[in-house]
Amino acid sequence: MGKNVMRMKMWKPTGLALAAIAATAAVALSVPSAMAQRDPAYAAARAAGQIGEQPDGYLGFATAPTPAIRALVQDLNIKRKAAYTASAQSTGSTVEQFAFTSGCNLIANTKPGEKYQTPGGAWKTRDASPPERDARCP
Amino acid sequence: MKMTKTGARRLAIGGRCLVVMTGMSALAGCVQIETPDKPIEINLNINIRQEVVYRLDGDAKRLIEQNSEIF
Repeated sequence: MGKNVMRMKMWKPTGLALAAIAATAAVALSVPSAMAQRDPAYAAARAAGQIGEQPDGYLGFATAPTPAIRALVQDLNIKRKAAYTASAQSTGSTVEQFAFTSGCNLIANTKPGEKYQTPGGAWKTRDASPPERDARCP
Repeated sequence: MKMTKTGARRLAIGGRCLVVMTGMSALAGCVQIETPDKPIEINLNINIRQEVVYRLDGDAKRLIEQNSEIF
């Protein structure tokens, strides 16, 4: 009798723990889809041509930014640098090399109307023609 | 005392001779380098070479796809 009570008491917390794990898993599954979307403020600044892609793999200001846009870009650039650093370590390259290669791709990925910086440092608006990129870009 | 002074002087002369001889041989062994006719170009981005960019391109594309919220 005593043994049965003990077993019941042991099982209850386990059931709760399982429920908690299930709930966490459900949250974890729903998070990536939400994370994968751009911040609406970032998307708007990009579309408006206030910010653009630089050849070094980071975002830059095509026009003088508002404090909010400046903070947004700084935050994204810090996150980008962290991502470049992790990838550089796993590929045996430097952060600058990985960031530059990403910059080649990010400029190529710009949509018409968005801004990008040329190797010479000028800001250009992407049109239907291929963007002006560094000669080393694939 | 006198003998040691003379000995020291002889050594000094010998040393000076050696220096002169070494100098002469150094002059004789001078290597002539022709200056290049083209200006010397120094590429500041030398640490990012095209072959490295090509090698990293696939990984860079994957990183951008998987982290679309920051790119």
